Amino acid sequence: MARATHRTALVAATAALALGLSACGGGNIEQPSASGSAGGGGKECGDLRIAVNPWTGYVSNAHVIGYVAQTKLGCKVTYPDVKEEVGWQGMASGSIDTIVENWGHADLTKKYVDEQKTVQDAGLTGNQGIIGWYVPPWMAEKYPDITDWKNLNKYASMFKTSESGGKGQLLDGDPSYVTNDEALVTNLKLDYKVVTGGSEAALITSFRQAEKNKTPLLAYFYDPQWFFSEMKLVKVNLPEYTDGCDADAKKVACDYPPYALNKLIATKFAESGSPAVDLIKKFQWTNDDQNAVSEMIANQNMSPDDAAKKWVEANPDKVAAWLS
Amino acid sequence: MTTTLEPARPAPTKEAQPVAERATSRRTGRKLLAVLALWVLAWATLRGRQTLELANADTTGLHDWFNDVRDRVQLLGQDNWFFHGVLGTIASGLDTFVGVLQEHLSSVTPGDWLGWFGVLLLAAWVTYALAGLRSTLLVTVVLLFLGLAGLWTDGIDTLIVTIVAVVICMVVGLPLGIAMSRSRRTSAVVTPVLDAMQTMPSFAYLTPIALFFGIGPACAIVLTLVYALPPLVRITEHGLNSVAENTVEAGRSLGVTKGQLLRQVQLPMAKRTIVVGINQCTMAALSMATIAALVNGPGLGKPVIAALQTLNVGAAAVAGLGIVLIAIMLDRTTTAASERSSPAGQRVAAVGSPGIFGGRTLVLEKLPRWATEEGGRGTDRRFLTPSGRRLVLAVLLLPVLVGAYYSTRYLQLSQFPDLSGVPVLGELTAGPLGGHINDLTNAVVDAISGVTNGFKDLVTAVMLNPLQSLMSDLPWWVMALVLLAVAFLLGGWRPAVVTLVCEAVVLGTGLWYDAMVTLTMTLVATVIVMLVAVVLGVAMGRGRRADTVIRPFLDGFQTIPAFVYLVPALALFAATRFTAIMAAVAYAVPIATKLVADGVRGVSPATVEAARSTGITRWQMISKVQLPMAREALVLATNQGLLYVLSMVVIGGMVGGGSLGYLIVQGFVQGQLFGKGLAAGIAITALGIMLDRIARHAAARFGR
Repeated sequence: MARATHRTALVAATAALALGLSACGGGNIEQPSASGSAGGGGKECGDLRIAVNPWTGYVSNAHVIGYVAQTKLGCKVTYPDVKEEVGWQGMASGSIDTIVENWGHADLTKKYVDEQKTVQDAGLTGNQGIIGWYVPPWMAEKYPDITDWKNLNKYASMFKTSESGGKGQLLDGDPSYVTNDEALVTNLKLDYKVVTGGSEAALITSFRQAEKNKTPLLAYFYDPQWFFSEMKLVKVNLPEYTDGCDADAKKVACDYPPYALNKLIATKFAESGSPAVDLIKKFQWTNDDQNAVSEMIANQNMSPDDAAKKWVEANPDKVAAWLS
Repeated sequence: MTTTLEPARPAPTKEAQPVAERATSRRTGRKLLAVLALWVLAWATLRGRQTLELANADTTGLHDWFNDVRDRVQLLGQDNWFFHGVLGTIASGLDTFVGVLQEHLSSVTPGDWLGWFGVLLLAAWVTYALAGLRSTLLVTVVLLFLGLAGLWTDGIDTLIVTIVAVVICMVVGLPLGIAMSRSRRTSAVVTPVLDAMQTMPSFAYLTPIALFFGIGPACAIVLTLVYALPPLVRITEHGLNSVAENTVEAGRSLGVTKGQLLRQVQLPMAKRTIVVGINQCTMAALSMATIAALVNGPGLGKPVIAALQTLNVGAAAVAGLGIVLIAIMLDRTTTAASERSSPAGQRVAAVGSPGIFGGRTLVLEKLPRWATEEGGRGTDRRFLTPSGRRLVLAVLLLPVLVGAYYSTRYLQLSQFPDLSGVPVLGELTAGPLGGHINDLTNAVVDAISGVTNGFKDLVTAVMLNPLQSLMSDLPWWVMALVLLAVAFLLGGWRPAVVTLVCEAVVLGTGLWYDAMVTLTMTLVATVIVMLVAVVLGVAMGRGRRADTVIRPFLDGFQTIPAFVYLVPALALFAATRFTAIMAAVAYAVPIATKLVADGVRGVSPATVEAARSTGITRWQMISKVQLPMAREALVLATNQGLLYVLSMVVIGGMVGGGSLGYLIVQGFVQGQLFGKGLAAGIAITALGIMLDRIARHAAARFGR
């Protein structure tokens, strides 16, 4: 045993030596990435850490901004993968500079923007977040009147599943949002039961299967989302949203409000004088723009950076506006 | 990779053994039937009252209080000496350390230190020095695959994080295990903590940990530690405790001190078991790779998560395959290294009894034997004498160093070349391989989704819905009493007390209804697991060939991240509770099958021979001889199956399982539901400990 330990130590020492030796040779390969820094002009950009939340639309925003910052401003961009709330925490603690697509989060806004003042609003992304109930295209075609909520009860029996206990199933449950769906079903007197899907993957897979096998499906979904470039889901119109109609969560009987998605920036970073601050504040594009980039990532299996490059090169005017 | 072990206690000595065993179990059966009858009666009359159902967005005082605590700690944490000072320092130290390793080993930006070729050569050389030629080949092939599939950086990152985590586990876990084996009190205090660490879903505490350790490698390592430490501590304790009493006695009679006894008798004798503990720790650490990616932990989890966002099953599967291969590589290599380092006299046939060491107390998941050096051979023929080997190593060192040096200078040796255009090899790169997997999955899904959906509807209607109604639509106190009675009848008063405490905890979390729904799914899943495990296990236990064919699949399903097969599972069974059950089954079947197979194989050949000579049929042999004789293993398999199923509740929540699993996922994503998610995590822990104790005591009573 003693001998064995000795040998282990010897091997470790030799390996470490080898590592050290080879390390001496480091730095010999040309650094190709430094060339971009010429375009920036003015101040050095330095590091830019863009949080990446786990949905593809977000990835599109992050990498388009990152690509522009890297090639036009010479920033060294990194993309830490984090969940939303962890990203806010990171901005407060200084390990993340910006979040580039934020869906509401009133509680976090209150905590970090209003109270702690460690995070600042950096303006709208131009994307409209739409939340609602959707059916696959084949249903809208075959039952055109299904897009009016008043007709939902007529079709309820069609939506029965093993989970819905005899009623129609409303598939819910992307865990990221608090939905009013249970209240909506009750208040609109719909003969449906809310069933928890549990993830975006669950919702998308369900839509794919439903469209392919022509099975009925009514589910909660949202736009912008790359899936819309694969399948044009059709929204079911609930009673129109009016200001304050969702004030009491228990009594909601109207559609979801449109979300104006915004960007966030860490206070520390905002005050650093980096040229990327302006870029992030000026960045704006449409749902179609975002879905186009997302579609390249999701369906054409392009890397986010390649997709960003392709879009940026095809849209020089929009990019120029962000940099002006 | 939950490996929950029974604490190494000679259970039978503590509880009086029933004298007339048969009669007892028959009486127990009758009492259980009586409980069932009362239960159904209560259901028929009291259904729908006092079920404590809580709407999805509603919270209780406790949940809000958890949120409050989090907010306060968060505010305080900014400049608190402990949170910021101590934990912050640890975190930045770990981050820097991992960062340096990454820069040297995994990073392939030109100008950084070692390129892929240098890392490969060094890894091969170290493996050859410590573990032998066969392991070296395995390591080389696995690393080449990682490079080929475009997973080089992520794969090496996974290795770095895993190895750092395992080393820390050893530094903390080995002394802890030793302390537990020497003091009953320590053991009694630490065991429940280990239970909680293993059963508490990491989603429930991920956000707070990220708060203290920042996002990045440090946080990933801490998450990994929480999950990977318990198996190591438990197996170490067990290994030391199971050193034969008379050996220890002999040592004592020679007048050695406690320290000498430990160093010179117990540790060397328990070494093989401890190595197994380290193996298990490694596997557990790897299984955290995907979760760690959610807090920017480096490694193969990242491509898995990224692929899931776009539902790209193929890409996720390729990255998942990388994790599986790394698991196999580490398992084989560490096993081989430990066998090589034991003095020749102590060399034991390590794969002699895959599955269980030390009777019924300890569960081991041995990976297949084809790559284990010298495994099971007992003797070990070497081509080289020790000094010859040293010479070869020294001679090989030179080319290794030269290669490593060149890997820093030439792009082709630094960055793994893109071989996607090359015939044959190109098919193994991420794009085409992922594409093939996608095509295959789609074909399978299209072919059988009709059948599977029908099957799902049937099982849900016949089994799941009635049972769920029976368990969750009752006044909570009726179900609480039923569980207590079952615990008492199966295990005696000890598990009954544990059950009572756990019920109080579940009730306290305010999630009784959801807990009962989760419990239902857990039980149904366990039944399915055991059905599958018995069929496969018997086949494997009776035939070597079946074993060889089935075992690699079991290994694969045990180590591949569940995220990889969620999408096909959703396509086959839609977003339903049944899908959640199937995900759990996929994860729990391997361990249960291995245990059953081992039990069947362990039936004494003399008995089998004797039975055969009476001319019984094969079916009679299985049902009348082999399975009854392997009863002990069956009970253990059920226990482990249950716990593995429970550890998949969170994943289940993502595919339609709802209840506790979904609450945890939701609490993880939505700040205002954090407290509710944490409460759900606590409820799962309570359920896990309750089921484990009942099964364990029942095993002690009926399992022999």
